Amino acid sequence: MATGTQALSNRATDARPAGDFDRRNADWYFDKLIAGVVFVCGISAILFVLGIFFFVTKEGIGFVFEKMDFREFLLTPYWSPSDAEDPEYGILALMAGTASVTGLAMLVAVPFSLGAAIYIAEFASGKTREALKVLVELLAAIPSVVWGFIGLVIMNPLLIKWFDIPVGLCVLNAGIILGLMAAPIMTSIAEDALKAVPDRYREAAEAMGATRWQVIYKVVLPAAKNGLLGGVLLGVGRGFGETMAVLMATGHAVNIPDSIFDSVRALTATIAAELGEAVVGGEHYQVLFTIGIFLFLVTFIINLSADLIVRGIRKG
Amino acid sequence: MVDVASPAPLADASQQAVAAVPNKLEVRNLTIRYGSEAALRDVSLSIREHEIFGIIGPANAGKTSFLKAINRMDVFTSGMRVEGEIHFAGRDTRRLNNVYALRSRIGVVFPLPVGLPMTVYDNVALSPRLRGITEKAELDVIVQRCLTRAALWDEVKDRLNALGSLLSGGQQQRLTIARALSQEPDLLMLDEFSIAVDPVTTMRIEDVLKELRQEVTIILVTNLVQQARRLADRTAFFLGGECVEIGVTEDLFTGEVKDQRTRDYVEGRFG
Repeated sequence: MATGTQALSNRATDARPAGDFDRRNADWYFDKLIAGVVFVCGISAILFVLGIFFFVTKEGIGFVFEKMDFREFLLTPYWSPSDAEDPEYGILALMAGTASVTGLAMLVAVPFSLGAAIYIAEFASGKTREALKVLVELLAAIPSVVWGFIGLVIMNPLLIKWFDIPVGLCVLNAGIILGLMAAPIMTSIAEDALKAVPDRYREAAEAMGATRWQVIYKVVLPAAKNGLLGGVLLGVGRGFGETMAVLMATGHAVNIPDSIFDSVRALTATIAAELGEAVVGGEHYQVLFTIGIFLFLVTFIINLSADLIVRGIRKG
Repeated sequence: MVDVASPAPLADASQQAVAAVPNKLEVRNLTIRYGSEAALRDVSLSIREHEIFGIIGPANAGKTSFLKAINRMDVFTSGMRVEGEIHFAGRDTRRLNNVYALRSRIGVVFPLPVGLPMTVYDNVALSPRLRGITEKAELDVIVQRCLTRAALWDEVKDRLNALGSLLSGGQQQRLTIARALSQEPDLLMLDEFSIAVDPVTTMRIEDVLKELRQEVTIILVTNLVQQARRLADRTAFFLGGECVEIGVTEDLFTGEVKDQRTRDYVEGRFG
């Protein structure tokens, strides 16, 4: 520290005028410009979503107000929109199909992805960790039609053979396929959530003599629960909105399932399969868009409740 | 309101702006609220050019909020409302067109060291670069000067390209101080800078601060009352959002206080 007497700078500090506090220089204007640009980006994202909602509603709302019988729509399982004389539009069976497949998928995906995430984040090290992360991300990128193909060509005969059932395209098939499909992205998010827990939490707990599992169970998981819950809900959303794999693996039969070996049909798959055949603007067409509105609302409710749950956790 | 012990009368703010400014900072009736809760109530004080002004007080006294208000950090802190006037270099900081220009002339050191995730060199060169200095030779001079002043140069001169966030706690805090100095600030505000620093390093930084007094005005918030005694020309005692007392530092420690609470606090008898 030989330079103790060296001046902080060559200029006299006092000489600088306070006037530049009012001078809006290029940096100031650029800052305002960027603020404006990101504002437009942010707002447009909201506008696009509103636009999609508006479009879907516009196509389906005519049916809702003029012809729809809410009770028939929501509470009857009969779906025969192509019947020329007496078409029936009950989506109860379709809802049951979507719900059963998504529910089973979560039963498969949650333990798998949580376990995988805990292993990658807490136990694996070095190359294993990196390799697993890359693999998981690769799995997440498999197109859903490929998963559907696996359900149709591999799972179908296997299920027939193992369980001695006539058709292997069923809730079980679609649930497993959908679960495996959602697991990678859920793993990825859960792993991020676990990694975001600061190491000093682990060190503090380890220093008290807690075992590795105790540290994870008592400290790391509670600290990461918001992110973990977010991952699960993203998986639910994925299962709910998934179309192609579900269309191929469920058997696409309108049916309220009694067991996991029954074929079902999902809301999304119905829209995908029938929209091309429906007369544009016709009743069938409008009903399919009404299902779209329904899907939109349910997704909204799932996200909203997830948000409220996370907020509740934060407060507590 | 407390005696501001100021050589200049408060009323002549406009005059001060033109004449040589005797007070670096003038604070009048400053009240800071977070939501409905007041963190600081009706504080008035002035800080002279080239003095070290100490602020002591227990937790929740409003010390940090006070610094934030001076730097106009309330702009980005949601729920923080500031009432009253703060004059810096004769200008009312509530009425500035360019708040960034104000901040660029006030260096702040926060309690926990913040080594930005870039190299040691880039940490110190950041502010000069923001000011538009691009010439390598000029930056080299600034980086060496600031690191030297922060008593860190000898330890890092061989690894200026190491990540600043990977230095030890004490080193990171000196890096933070070097970065603040690289702003060539008119006012340096240190908020409990020695919390994460070892005693030896603390002493070295204190020596640096004593030298810096020649060039900058320093506000030193500390919860070590002896640190205030070692460094500060004058000291204010904050308690629960109130400025209890302002006086020549030595007076506070020799018992020449106006308020019994000040005596209790500096003598460590605080219930």
